[in-house]
Amino acid sequence: MSKKVRFKLNGQLKSLALDQTRMLLWVLRTDFALTGSKYGCGEGFCGACTVLVNGEAVRSCQYPVEDIDGKEVITIEGLAKNGNLHPIQNAFVEHDALQCGFCTPGMILNAYSLLLKNPSPTQEEIILEMEDNLCRCGAHVRIVQAVLTAAQKMSGGSRR
Amino acid sequence: MKKDDFLALDFYDIGPGLPLSRRKFLKLMGGGIVILFTVRDPLFLEAQRRRWQQLPEDFNAFLRIGEDGRVSCFTGKIEMGQGVITSLAQMLADELEVPLDSVDMVMGDTDLCPWDMGTWGSMTTRFFGPPLRAAAAEARAVLIELAAEHFQSDPSQFIAEAGFICYKSQKQKKVSYAQLTKGKKIAKHLAGKAPQEKPENFSIVGKPVLRLDSVEKVTGKAKFAGDVREPGMLYARILRPPAHGAKLSDVDTSPAKNVQGARIIQEGDLIAVLHDDPEQAEKALRLIKARWEKSEAKVDENNIFDHLVQVAPEGEVVSEGGILAEGEKVSKTVITNTYLDGYVAHATIETHTALAKVEGNKATIWASTQNPFGVKDDVASVLGFPAENVRVITPWVGGGFGGKASNRQTGEAAKLAKLAGKPVQIAWTRAEEFFYDTFRPAAVVKIKAGVDTSGRITFWDYGVYFAGERGSQHYYDIPHHRTMSFGSGWRGTPGSHPFGTGAWRAPANNTNTFARESQVDALATAAGMDPLEFRLKNLKDERMIRVLRAVARKFGWTPAKPPSGRGYGIATGIDAGTYVAHMAEVEVDKKTMKVRVKRVVCAQDMGLSINPEGAKTQMEGCITMGLGYALSEDIRFKGGEILDSNFDTYEIPRFSWLPKIETVLIDDKNAAPQGGGEPAIICMGGVVANAIHDAIGVRVFQLPMTAERIKQASEM
Ligand code: FES
Ligand code: FES
Repeated sequence: MSKKVRFKLNGQLKSLALDQTRMLLWVLRTDFALTGSKYGCGEGFCGACTVLVNGEAVRSCQYPVEDIDGKEVITIEGLAKNGNLHPIQNAFVEHDALQCGFCTPGMILNAYSLLLKNPSPTQEEIILEMEDNLCRCGAHVRIVQAVLTAAQKMSGGSRR
Repeated sequence: MKKDDFLALDFYDIGPGLPLSRRKFLKLMGGGIVILFTVRDPLFLEAQRRRWQQLPEDFNAFLRIGEDGRVSCFTGKIEMGQGVITSLAQMLADELEVPLDSVDMVMGDTDLCPWDMGTWGSMTTRFFGPPLRAAAAEARAVLIELAAEHFQSDPSQFIAEAGFICYKSQKQKKVSYAQLTKGKKIAKHLAGKAPQEKPENFSIVGKPVLRLDSVEKVTGKAKFAGDVREPGMLYARILRPPAHGAKLSDVDTSPAKNVQGARIIQEGDLIAVLHDDPEQAEKALRLIKARWEKSEAKVDENNIFDHLVQVAPEGEVVSEGGILAEGEKVSKTVITNTYLDGYVAHATIETHTALAKVEGNKATIWASTQNPFGVKDDVASVLGFPAENVRVITPWVGGGFGGKASNRQTGEAAKLAKLAGKPVQIAWTRAEEFFYDTFRPAAVVKIKAGVDTSGRITFWDYGVYFAGERGSQHYYDIPHHRTMSFGSGWRGTPGSHPFGTGAWRAPANNTNTFARESQVDALATAAGMDPLEFRLKNLKDERMIRVLRAVARKFGWTPAKPPSGRGYGIATGIDAGTYVAHMAEVEVDKKTMKVRVKRVVCAQDMGLSINPEGAKTQMEGCITMGLGYALSEDIRFKGGEILDSNFDTYEIPRFSWLPKIETVLIDDKNAAPQGGGEPAIICMGGVVANAIHDAIGVRVFQLPMTAERIKQASEM
């Protein structure tokens, strides 16, 4: 069933006819070649596919594309502005908060959504909020540190 | 080098891979200075031994200083998160006196890089480091000669600095590498005569630097195999059996045709649906009606251990000394225990993925693999092409841990691409990943050992079944001992494992270290001694004593008889030439018997540490990942049917599991660099088991130590 869907993708207005049963992850990866959102489990368990919809982290592998009509989607590709890394991205680089990097886009976007809701989270709050994003390489310690640093930087004025 | 290190070869019996001819190679290289060198890692040497006449080249890596003055290193090794792209570049930059960002690493492309056996066994830094540095030193010597010619002066007058060769006495009189290499075509074999930088002069090696790949990875630009797009490509989904060993008895593919645009391919056992939309391919696949005949399921995760001991081949002696019976005679206490370890998945977040493009009699494969040259041979044989017509490109790899040494998906993609006449991408679903994983083998360790009245270990009789030899040899000072291995290959013997098994991060060593260190603790308990004191009393190996003391200092260990109720544990081990010692603190909920690991301290002696920050990241990763096999990871199965198909039932470590992790690096600048990607994981089973015992006085003999198992053990 094809249906017209309009939404904002990384700041740009998009409008296209889509089979509404499709999942956002595959539309992003296939139709828009935005491959920063990853497939890790396809069932909502790992968070590798996390993107922001209206500022909320969602699992794009479970998010039917018809539900994005009229909404704003931000993927990892839309985070850096004019070649400047977002403070969360910077913090991940500074803390070496990644190894293979496959979980990284999902981690960053999940952290972003957390910081939008709660600009200065405690370590416990970060752990709670990141709990369902999986990383096999064990970068967890540094991811927590990176999110803490990013929170400080962002509330220090560079918040966008 | 122990036998197990060579067993990795069995994942890929070396095929008739064809070399990049020297002429083609030099043509590809263009101008500049090229130094060819050989990384004599044990895998290379073994490969050479097994088919020495056919081995592609007499070099397996090279570096180039291009006409633009940039330094590039070409190697068949790959980057899967372990950070070698950074540590190798650091060594080059240091030796050649250029900033780190003037170094390019070209890895895992079979057309550009010389033949390589594969990336595993913590061998990259260990064996690559010395020849890479020697080659860089050689290149620097060539540059200095060129500069001497340029200034009509003697080479001894010059030094290299920041991408220039300058007069020692007059640094502003200088010429850049780019000027020197312009229009030159110099290819040299590493002679190994050029003097190398002294460790105390390293300006980049040994300093913490950040990963070279992080910006690409945080922006989503980093391309993994599944992110590569080719015009006209189709996504494939393949019909899979419900269990290993199941036979297809009946199939009707016609309903799949109802999905518009679906192409069904059936050739022999291979039944696949191709579509330009991956979800439609999936939908079509689900419409296929298939009937399978499963063979009778005899083994499961509970009875597999008896089965393994029953079918085990005769044992081989790994090491022995003294006379066991003599030791037994003088023992005050003799303890006999059996330790069990279940199947564990690699569970990388990136599943096995490949994109294949076949044009005429040429094929290009983008693959998530630890072994690009193995893929090249495999794909060549699947397609019936000469190996030289197959190019394998390895984009970033989303985790490997040994699991991507096996690459079934690449042959599948290649075959389908040929049949379809279009590029085909396969990305395994999570369920396929759990089904076709080459699991860490289930294993049994039986130990009989004794201790005398003075607290000395009197004898040690050790037999390991199916885990492998790596890490099975003890390093304690024991007069009478024997270590036997039954069924050493990680793949097992025919009829042993009901599905594929293989190398898993620090293969065999996790199982062996869990068993050995648990048993040593049991002996300490029997002797009524503090487990640290007991170990020190029974050790002569200076390096082990040093790491043990280092970890104890950092942890703040105070002596107590186990079980002390504090929940403190110790374990030590040796892997890939690296020594590790761990201490942990755990809390066991007495009602639920759930374990919470609160703190882990790890000391590691890996010789010269090239990138200490990278090494610490790896250690933290090992500790975090190791909590999984210690506490929760255990593949459940019924014969060839794998019951875990996603992360809901197969639990890997999460943020809330995080203990406080502290790492200590014993940096020995004058010792050769050793492996760092695996060692710190080997103690996790042992250290947690010992801490649990210290907390509640219950010894758990089976990994993972789930609440249920601890409960059972406490009731015995
Ligand atoms: S791929 Fe969406 S949660 Fe794992
Ligand atoms: S960095 Fe590899 S999965 Fe997280």
